[in-house]
Amino acid sequence: MRYSLFSLLGNTLGGHKGWKPTWRDAAPKPAYDVVIIGGGGHGLATAYYLASRYGVRNVAVLEKGWIGGGNMGRNTTIIRSNYLLPGNIPLYELSMKLWEGLEQDFNYNAMVSQRGVLNLYHSDAQRDAYARRGNAMRLHGVDAELLDRDGVRKLYPFLNFDDARFPIQGGLLQARGGTARHDAVAWGFARGASDRGVDIVQNCEVTGITIVNGRVTGVETTRGPIAAGKVGIAVAGSSSRVAAMAGMRLPIESFVLQAMVSEGLKPIIPGVITFGAGHFYISQSDKGGLVFGGDLDGYNSYAQRGNLPTVEDICEGGMALMPAIGRARILRTWAGLCDMSMDGSPIIDRTPTQNLYLNAGWNYGGFKATPGSGLVFAHLLARDEPHPAAVELRLDRFARGAVIDEKGQGAQPNLH
Amino acid sequence: MRIPCPYCGSRDVSEFSYLGDAAPQRPDPSGDASSVEAAFFDYVYLRDNPAGPHRGLWYHGAGCRNWLVVRRNPSTHEILEVALAAKEPAA
Ligand SMILES: Cc1cc2nc3c(=O)[nH]c(=O)nc-3n(C[C@H](O)[C@H](O)[C@H](O)COP(=O)(O)OP(=O)(O)OC[C@H]3O[C@@H](n4cnc5c(N)ncnc54)[C@H](O)[C@@H]3O)c2cc1C
Ligand SMILES: [Zn+2]
Repeated sequence: MRYSLFSLLGNTLGGHKGWKPTWRDAAPKPAYDVVIIGGGGHGLATAYYLASRYGVRNVAVLEKGWIGGGNMGRNTTIIRSNYLLPGNIPLYELSMKLWEGLEQDFNYNAMVSQRGVLNLYHSDAQRDAYARRGNAMRLHGVDAELLDRDGVRKLYPFLNFDDARFPIQGGLLQARGGTARHDAVAWGFARGASDRGVDIVQNCEVTGITIVNGRVTGVETTRGPIAAGKVGIAVAGSSSRVAAMAGMRLPIESFVLQAMVSEGLKPIIPGVITFGAGHFYISQSDKGGLVFGGDLDGYNSYAQRGNLPTVEDICEGGMALMPAIGRARILRTWAGLCDMSMDGSPIIDRTPTQNLYLNAGWNYGGFKATPGSGLVFAHLLARDEPHPAAVELRLDRFARGAVIDEKGQGAQPNLH
Repeated sequence: MRIPCPYCGSRDVSEFSYLGDAAPQRPDPSGDASSVEAAFFDYVYLRDNPAGPHRGLWYHGAGCRNWLVVRRNPSTHEILEVALAAKEPAA
């Protein structure tokens, strides 16, 4: 069913009894041309672009739980392309351009909202770093505007300008950045892929990868063996575990990142704000909740739940930036599982096993990349060569010394 | 999460700093260049990253200032074993 004003009116008159399920909840077939492991945003987007742009439709997405139950449903929904390094900018900007036309493309309301992302600076050194970042962005055709203190005050008069320990000096604004409804992005990609023949198989955990003479031939799952011409891994925080099924060790460790949401409030924060003197970022959802987060719980974890000292630290950051937040009550906190790579940047590549492909290392920043990641991974799977926007993101960059160390923190995944 | 320090007893995790996986051992830099390079690549970048028991290096900065090796289940946050990272060096 195509969604439109007419479908809405028609169903309204029919008492809303005519709506169909958004996608087919498929049972696995014995064989596919392409099997994608992981029904998060990236796996679903990959399937969607494989079917819609590359004409590969005999595809299955295998998800061990329910689609969007991983990081896709746990992130803080921020989309932006304010990256610094030439290896990163093309992918994130490709993704931003896809966001801008996504809802028309897949005919689904993903609530993409370009409300602006503002990164605050609090020192001269930080201002210089942001000026450099803004210049790098503009050289790549990405929008960026460096604001001074008055510029920030005009946008957000309620921030603490007067007695802060780290006074706000200004900020770098990407006006095209913003937020999108994360669940709806997963559902939209699932629907678009399913309508084009892709099987979306939930409750189907991949437990083994079958390799014959150095070439992948299929996967073992909790719903039986499935043969495949090609297999793509897109399992975010579980990357090391699934890669180990193919005998690979990755430059990745898994950590949890927490987020929290307040009770619903009237609109107070129009855009996305990040606190440059600590680690805190905040936006307001369309339901009114303040959505915020900060640092990783900085040690290996697969628990999908965090610890309280990090919650406390994040809330202190919030109080320092906008003291009014102390009046709001926190409704929920949760955590997602992030595959932290050794340079903080993603890995999209073939693997040493023929016809086995890897999409991993999204750290805690991969939501914004969802459409772009899907498109470049579909390109790799269909054409067997990297998409031009992802050539720098290959796996051998660590061995070649060509790391993409956006934060300049070295090979220390818990610091990225 | 609380970590039972061998000197200080059970303390809140916020007293400790995490360094990283305790498994990688710095390779011997002498020997054939290409195998040394491969060993260093492995040491610096590759990790087992298990979902089961994992050994990590922790520093008890707000306590006895010892380096500890903490064996922990990263899927449950359960602490399985804590030991001093090194014996006192001989005087
Ligand atoms: C708290 C938090 C806040 C974040 N905020 C932002 C943000 O504001 N902006 C941003 O850009 N990014 C953000 N991120 C990061 C972003 O959410 C992730 O990088 C991105 O969602 C990862 O890709 P994915 O959607 O495919 O992952 P996931 O949704 O995690 O998908 C992976 C899927 O693989 C499945 N799987 C795992 N193992 C198997 C198996 N063996 N068999 C079958 N299926 C398997 C999992 O169940 C899961 O559904 C945040 C992350 C967290 C945790
Ligand atoms: Zn101690």
